[in-house]
Amino acid sequence: MRELRVLSPVGMLGYGFPEESFQEGIKRSPDVIAVDAGSTDAGPHKLGAGVGIVSRWATKRDLTFMLKAGYQNRIPVLVGSAGGSGAEKHLLWTLDIVKEIAKENGLHFKIAVIHAEIKDRDYLRRKLREGKIKPLGPVPQLTSKEIDEAIRIVAVMGVHPHIKALELGADVVIAGRSNDPAMFAALGIKEGYDPGLALHMGKILECGAMASTPGTTSDCMMGYLRDDHFLVEPLNPMRRCTTTTVAAHTLYEKSSPLHIIGPEGVVDVTNCKFEQETERAVRVSGSKLIEPDTYWVKLEGASKVAYRTISIAGVRDPIMIKQIDECENAVREAVSEYFKSIPEENYRLIFHIYGKNGVMGKLEPQKEITSHELGIILEVVAKDQELANTICAFARSTLMHYSYKGRIATAGNLAFPYAPSDIPTGPVYKFTVHHLVQVDDPCELFPIEFVEI
Amino acid sequence: MKKVKIKDIAKVVRSKNAGPFELTFDIIFKDKETYEKVKRSGVITKELIAELYHIPVEQVLYFVEFDPANAIKATIVRPVDSGSIGETDTYGAQQHAPLLDIEIPW
Repeated sequence: MRELRVLSPVGMLGYGFPEESFQEGIKRSPDVIAVDAGSTDAGPHKLGAGVGIVSRWATKRDLTFMLKAGYQNRIPVLVGSAGGSGAEKHLLWTLDIVKEIAKENGLHFKIAVIHAEIKDRDYLRRKLREGKIKPLGPVPQLTSKEIDEAIRIVAVMGVHPHIKALELGADVVIAGRSNDPAMFAALGIKEGYDPGLALHMGKILECGAMASTPGTTSDCMMGYLRDDHFLVEPLNPMRRCTTTTVAAHTLYEKSSPLHIIGPEGVVDVTNCKFEQETERAVRVSGSKLIEPDTYWVKLEGASKVAYRTISIAGVRDPIMIKQIDECENAVREAVSEYFKSIPEENYRLIFHIYGKNGVMGKLEPQKEITSHELGIILEVVAKDQELANTICAFARSTLMHYSYKGRIATAGNLAFPYAPSDIPTGPVYKFTVHHLVQVDDPCELFPIEFVEI
Repeated sequence: MKKVKIKDIAKVVRSKNAGPFELTFDIIFKDKETYEKVKRSGVITKELIAELYHIPVEQVLYFVEFDPANAIKATIVRPVDSGSIGETDTYGAQQHAPLLDIEIPW
């Protein structure tokens, strides 16, 4: 019985993992080490601003273990969605770290850099005209406006560019935005294993040891891909996979539990079997890839839409807490009146009132305030930073000194933990592109460049 | 008839982004028996999710019972796209609370 072993050290590059777990993984002779370095979870800011989710230090720490082990054991190391969002800036940031680690440790690699950012907007305009771009999920149809205005647009690669990089002899793959399971499934699919099983295993492994109990992204997991099933097992003896933890992870962060959707097609897990193989390992079988007739690649793009300033404060006065809605309305009215010369579409004032509905906003079913104190974040988003600062300062001072009904605490309404009380947080971004584009070749949006060090 | 709350019989009750435009809820039960009993009760439906979150039922995009995981899953349209202006929970990880008090006849 043949078997391909995939080591997933961590659910997000830079989140950290115990060295002992990683060494246990290496002892089991993996055929590849793969890691996911990105996510859209942290919102559009990372893609828009071109920054990472984790620190450089943490990324270097995790990558050092992986690259040294890859070099010593002559096995490939695959990093997907490098730098968080997998755009050009993120790739270069990661490549720089890889070069530094190699230099400091005397390692030599053939590195494949797989690009994912779409610089050629004409390509997208053409696809749009040809009707080959469609919305992904509950989003409006794309127009040329979003294509023109997006600061960055990346395409999300599947397994094919990773496979191509491996075929061309890459020791290390630093890939732009990648579908989460791609790095974990690439070698298996290249070696002729069942793609449905390889992708399903990738879906489990991409979160590190999350699919075990106690679950965490910050620990290592091993996947054993075989011809008619796969096994997953955490490498830290304190954790175990159970049929429930693995089955439950199959539905994590996905719209539907029955289908794992990616550029390669849909992995149907309706008839999957989850069996307890050993006390700590689970066997999964029955995942089937349904390949589509046409190949669609996901696009992600972010635009800069405003600038933000916030002010954080607390309220402890019970007379004021009872009238918090009136206070909010009074501030809103005062702001509209004072800034009446400024068009209303140029700014927005948002109250986040913790203790009332700060977490759930309009989804909050509980209407009554039961807390003895409230946390307030006054947020102003405006078309430029200066305007956001100006309106936030006015709204903050108005709320501070507003004379609500029955007020006896006449010195001030707000407790500020910080000086300055107002914090400009810079540009605000929005995911304006979340669409699918039809391509002829799964690799056409992902040029590969080789760097030898 | 006796009633129990979901928070007392479920092992996992969670919410999370499923991409930047959707919010997904997972309710996973301790064992097959509990899961089947909840399923048979017919209490948790697409309509109930819509009611709990004050949204039209068309905004509940998926509602699926997933036997291999003893899980019920529902996915709704996010109130705003993740991290956009007006966001209160970028990761969508704290939107599950209304599910905890769902009562099941026991």
